[in-house]
Parts: sequence; structure tokens; C-alpha cells
Amino acid sequence: MASSFARVLSSKRKVGILSLVGAGSLTVGFFLNREQHVNAGAHVRRIYPPSAEYPDLRKHNNCMASHLTPAVYAKLSDKTTPNGYTLDLAIQTGVDNPGHPFIKTVGMVAGDEESYEVFAGIFNPVIKERHNGYDPCTMNHPTDLDASKIRGGQFDDKYVLSSRVRTGRSIRGLSLPPACTRAERREVERVVIDALAGLKGDLAGKYFSLTLMTEQEQQQLIDDHFLFDKPVSPLLTCAGMARDWPDARGIWHNNEKTFLVWVNEEDHTRVISMEKGGNMKRVFERFCKGLQEVERLIQEKGWEFMWNEHLGYILTCPSNLGTGLRAGVHVTLPRLSKDPRFPKILDNLRLQKRGTGGVDTAAVGNTFDISNLDRLGQSEVQLVQTVIDGVNYLIECEKKLERGQDIKIPAPISQFK
Amino acid sequence: MPFGNSHNQLKMKFSSEQEYPDLSKHNNHMAKVLTPALYEKLRSKQTPSGFTLDDVIQTGVDNPGHPFIMTVGCVAGDEETYEVFKELLDPIIQDRHGGYKPTDKHKTDLNPSNLKGGDDLDANYVLSSRVRTGRSICGFCLPPHCSRGERRAVEKLSVEALGALTGDLKGKYYALKNMTEAEQQQLIDDHFLFDKPVSPLLLASGMARDWPDARGIWHNDNKTFLVWVNEEDHLRVISMQKGGNMKEVFNRFCTGLTKIEELFKNKGHAFMWNEHLGYVLTCPSNLGTGLRAGVHVKLPNLSKYRQFEEILKRLRLQKRGTGGVDTAAVGGVFDISNADRLGFSEVELVQMVVDGVKLLIVMEKRLEKGQAIEDLMPAQK
Repeated sequence: MASSFARVLSSKRKVGILSLVGAGSLTVGFFLNREQHVNAGAHVRRIYPPSAEYPDLRKHNNCMASHLTPAVYAKLSDKTTPNGYTLDLAIQTGVDNPGHPFIKTVGMVAGDEESYEVFAGIFNPVIKERHNGYDPCTMNHPTDLDASKIRGGQFDDKYVLSSRVRTGRSIRGLSLPPACTRAERREVERVVIDALAGLKGDLAGKYFSLTLMTEQEQQQLIDDHFLFDKPVSPLLTCAGMARDWPDARGIWHNNEKTFLVWVNEEDHTRVISMEKGGNMKRVFERFCKGLQEVERLIQEKGWEFMWNEHLGYILTCPSNLGTGLRAGVHVTLPRLSKDPRFPKILDNLRLQKRGTGGVDTAAVGNTFDISNLDRLGQSEVQLVQTVIDGVNYLIECEKKLERGQDIKIPAPISQFK
Repeated sequence: MPFGNSHNQLKMKFSSEQEYPDLSKHNNHMAKVLTPALYEKLRSKQTPSGFTLDDVIQTGVDNPGHPFIMTVGCVAGDEETYEVFKELLDPIIQDRHGGYKPTDKHKTDLNPSNLKGGDDLDANYVLSSRVRTGRSICGFCLPPHCSRGERRAVEKLSVEALGALTGDLKGKYYALKNMTEAEQQQLIDDHFLFDKPVSPLLLASGMARDWPDARGIWHNDNKTFLVWVNEEDHLRVISMQKGGNMKEVFNRFCTGLTKIEELFKNKGHAFMWNEHLGYVLTCPSNLGTGLRAGVHVKLPNLSKYRQFEEILKRLRLQKRGTGGVDTAAVGGVFDISNADRLGFSEVELVQMVVDGVKLLIVMEKRLEKGQAIEDLMPAQK
């Protein structure tokens, strides 16, 4: 399947961003500039040694803080990507948000595709920790969007209220939300909605720009649970991704309201396939078809998605690398959820529970959002299959408990297949 | 953002039109002045430390403003910002500071003996008196732009300078990140503790980065003189006490400031000041004196009088709730302070507050007795 998605570094870039080949000269040029400023006169910026700039991370509990030693900081602090993104910019969100004793956040973001390369010295250990030992230096990430490989995937509607698959895609050659300029963000919007306008049949739809939408459109989108708000989480705002809101942000969805694309929220695009009920197979089929169509349409215009064989799809947050995929269901499990073995069962099935409001929310009643834990190191097909098999197991447990039978904790499934 | 200005080079690859912000729903000073032509003219510029036009305006782009409150929408990242981007900032300053022209000179007067009266504001009405200003230290970038190293250097310098104060000004520094629970509670009880900014106006400019690194509070043992380090400005200096003796508050304010300035100079650091803009601070609204002299005063009757706003306007005063800017008044108690910052000296502004508050109290007393106050209406100052 990888051949369908040949990743050739295209020389056709619509916008004159310096290619990686030019990185060295720009960096040198930048430093020459700084030298001139240093000689420019009295009011000149002091430049402190890395030891004076190293952040105070003693009260921090995030992946960045765990791995950003003074030595790593010193090595990387004067580097920039070709677009000018720096280490300090990448880690700002982690410095500003020490984290939580129980929840370990990532604590850093990428400003562009090259960030993962230029700052590999910190990104790699962070990725390894977050993605359960995945080593970008030695391992390859499998991409597989062939939905025909899925077995099963039609859940009992009595338990599963809705099914959803989401991922993100970034447009190669344009900076990511923490660093993009207004013009770049607008270009992302233009490229994406141009491609989406080419979708046909059950995928045909419409774009609603956040700046232009009418009150009525806004209300409809809220009622459909499609509208996204300006981020309020300091994890996101400290990374600079809410700048210039709501400029060049919007929501596209198909007429049937089963395929949805967010433009310029936390990533260039977030792609969501969803429907009520338990037909995860169909949700994933539409997901794959839509993604492949959009990719084809942007390629026609000389654009492509950010992807490489070690990190898979490149997104803003390292936690979303690889597939960027979260496949989940809203499922009612009144008995199982009260069983003390529930967390362990989920863990062994490589699943995660959230409240039905998404990440950071609590469950309402007995309905949970159950989705895959992993993102990187397994393909889309593998992860969705994991969710399907796992949710089937959970429903079986629920049914057993209904019948007064005992349940078993399943053997842990292996991470990297 | 602090480092690296190759990012500005990146933007130059796009046309000015492509980068120009959408200000169609905006109502702040920046949006009024920043035409596409002006954006084009200034966008390739940067200060020696790398602060750019987009850095200046980001807070104004992110915060369209309010139909009733006209915010500034710009910040400075260093002293040179006001020079490099003067074509944007001069008209904003003019509009915000009552017509202050680019050629005007600002008078500094921190001689407290020039203040007439002010020691006898009626304590039955005036609960507390306070004067605050800000100071920036030459050679360091301002809070929106400073690096951690710079911010820490500002803190170190400030702690050393303040540590040399003696007599009734002798005090102690409490770093935000090292504070004990007990110290923190005491500072809260004393109404001294400042929090990490939550206002999007401040957050969008980048001044809350790395919180609480290198932030802290210094106060004298008597708890009447207080310095905030690295909040919205390098230093915020506050003199305050209960009751209505504004003269004493201002005395201490001037003495303290003068001493602090001397101590910084001894270390080779002047405050940012020039004869056109006076004291240079992060927000253009605080240029000149950066001074806000105010009282918490009980005006339950006057505040309901139909011409209350007009009276304040004529006296060049401003009202706020007792929680500070953006808060509502509680129980008829208002924070009344000078509306101006630039174009008047410190003494002149405090004089306006002293004289103005005296009049407000006379009016309040009349209204208490059910008497008219039309004859007391002041002329526009």
C-alpha cells in the first residue's frame, strides 16, 4: 500500500520557502546579522550563555522536562530551522505548563517539519517516552489506509452510541500552527478548501470560515457538535497556536455530516469521520477514502502531506505523530465500568477511556469514550483493528456481567507489531 | 518572541497584503492607525534586539477590543521599539494621551514638596491612598520580548539595588518561585501578591512566559512601599497606606523612587527615559509618568448622580472597582485615580487627584444631606 502514497520530496513548492539545502546559508546569514547587531552600538541585545537561559524545570513533570538536560539545551539552543524556529519556541509550552502529578503532558511542539530534525536531540527521547519506546532513529512507521483489511467492526448499537475516527494532516512547505505567519495560515486554508471543493458524491460538502460564518450557520454547527472554539487550554495557547484567531480558521463538512475537516486549529487539518451507532467499519472506510481523495487533490496542484518513514505523518504535537489516529466509540458499560478490573482490562487492550466531552472530561452516566492509546509504530489499519477487537471484548465483558458470569483480564497485546 | 528574527525574514517572502491582519472587527488604537500602507512600510523593520512589527501588534490582533473600552493594542519589546516603529506608535500615543504630539516634551517632577495639601483627605470617606508607577532598566528587553537570561538579570540587579535601601525603606524580597506557603498567605492578606496575568491582553503579548521564573515582590518592613519585579514591566513601584494622607504616600513614593534610581545608577544602569516620552514602559498607555495615584473612597450617593461620569471627566479622573482595572465597584466604594499619564508631571497628576477627590467628598456630603451640587460642577481641566 505504501506505493500508492509514494513520498517523493517534491521540488514543486508553491511558496518560495527555502528548501533544506538552503538551510545552512540562511542560518549563517542569520548569525552574520546578529554579529552586526552586536557591533551596532550602545543599545544592543545582551547574549547570555545557555546556562543563564536554561529554564527552571524543577517543579515540572512533562516529557520535555524529563529529557531537556542543560547539556542538551546548550547543544540545541542556538540552532534554528530554515524558517527560523528555535528550541526556546518549541519548549515554551512545556516551560509555561509544569504539568500535573498524574498526567504527563508532552511539553513541546514543532513549528515546522524541520523542527523534528533540527531538534532531534530533544524530540527523539520525548517521542520514545511518549510512544512507549519507539525509536525514530532505528524504526520505521507503517502507513496503511486500506480499509478492506478490517475484520468485523459493526458493534451492537445497544452498547455503542457512536463511532469516530480522527487524524491530522499537515501541508508540506508551510509552517505549523505554533509558528506560521498569517500568510502561511491563509495559504493552508486556501490549499485545503480548494482540495475539499473537489470532493464528490457522499463526500461533497461545504466550508464555513470562522470569520465569515453567519449566526445561523454557527448555531447549526454547534448543534451538530462540529464547531470548535478558540483554544483556551494554556497547553495550546502558550505554544502560540491561537494567534490571529479566527483568521483563516474554519470547518468543512460533507452534506451528510459524516466527514468533517477542521482547518488551522491545533494542526493544519484535523480530519474526522463519524456517525451514530456502531458501524466502525464504515466510518473507517469513509475516513480512508476521504483522506486518499484529499491527498490526490492536493497532489494535483503540486502539494503534499508532511510524512517521513520514521515519524509517519508529521503533526504539531509529538503525541500525534505516526498515524495521528484516534479511533473511538461512545459506549455504555454500566457494569464493567464499576468493576475494579476495568482500568487493567483497558490497559492490556491498549485502550484509553475519556469522558464524552473529549480529553480532560469526565464520563457522564455510564457512557465512555474508548479509543486507542497508541499513535506511532502501528498502522491505521492495525490501530482501528485493535479498537474493534478491544471494544468487542469490552461488550462481551458487559454482557457476561449482565448474565452474572465472571470476566477475565485479557493478556496484554504487544505494542509494536 | 525572544530569539531569532529569521522568522521575520520568512514573512518577507509573502506580500504585505497576504500578511496584513484582518482588523475589520477591531476597535483598539492599533487598528485605527495600522493601515495596509503603514503595515507595508514597517514590516521589514526590527529593533536591534529583533522585535518586529508583528510582535508589537500581536496583542491588538488577538484582542479586537470592546465596543466601549478602547484598548491600546500594542506593546514595546525594548526601548528602541518606540523609535523604530514611531510611525505607528506616535499617532497611537497622540490619540491615547489627549493630543500629545511627537514634538512635545514631557516634564518629570518628583519633588514632593511641590504638592499642595493632600495630607487631610477625609478618612471617613477615603479608606486608602496609593501611588504607583513603573520603571524599565536600560539595556534590557521588556517583558514581552526578554529572554529568561535577561529577565533573571533584571531580577538580580533589582534585588541587589533594593537590598541597599535603609531606614523606613529597608525591606525584603520574595521570589515567586521560592515563596513558602506562609509567606504567600501573608502577601495575599496584605494585598501585595500579584498573580500570573490572566488577561488575554497581557498573555497575547508574551509577557507571562516562563512564569514564575524571575518574578517577585519586594516590600519594606513597614509594608508601605512595594516593588513588583518582572510582572507587566521590569519594575512596578507602589507606595500605599490606609487613610487619606496622600501627601505622605507621595513623599515616600518620591523618596523611594529617587533612592532606587540612584542605587541602579551606582550599578551602571539608568532607567529608560527620554525627554519626549518620559519614562518608557511596556504599554504605550503608561508612558510619561507611568503614574496612577488613587484612593479607595466611599461615594455611594455621588456614584448614582447622573453627572458622575461627567464630573470625573472634567476633573481628569477615572473610576475603577476596588479590584483594580476591569473590576466593578463594591458597596459604593470606588477606586478614583488620575486618567492621564503623559504630558503632565507627577506632581501635577497627584495634585489633580488630591484636589479632585476633595471636591468629590464635598459633593458626596452635600448629597447625603439631600442638597444640590450643581453649583459645584467643575470646569474642564
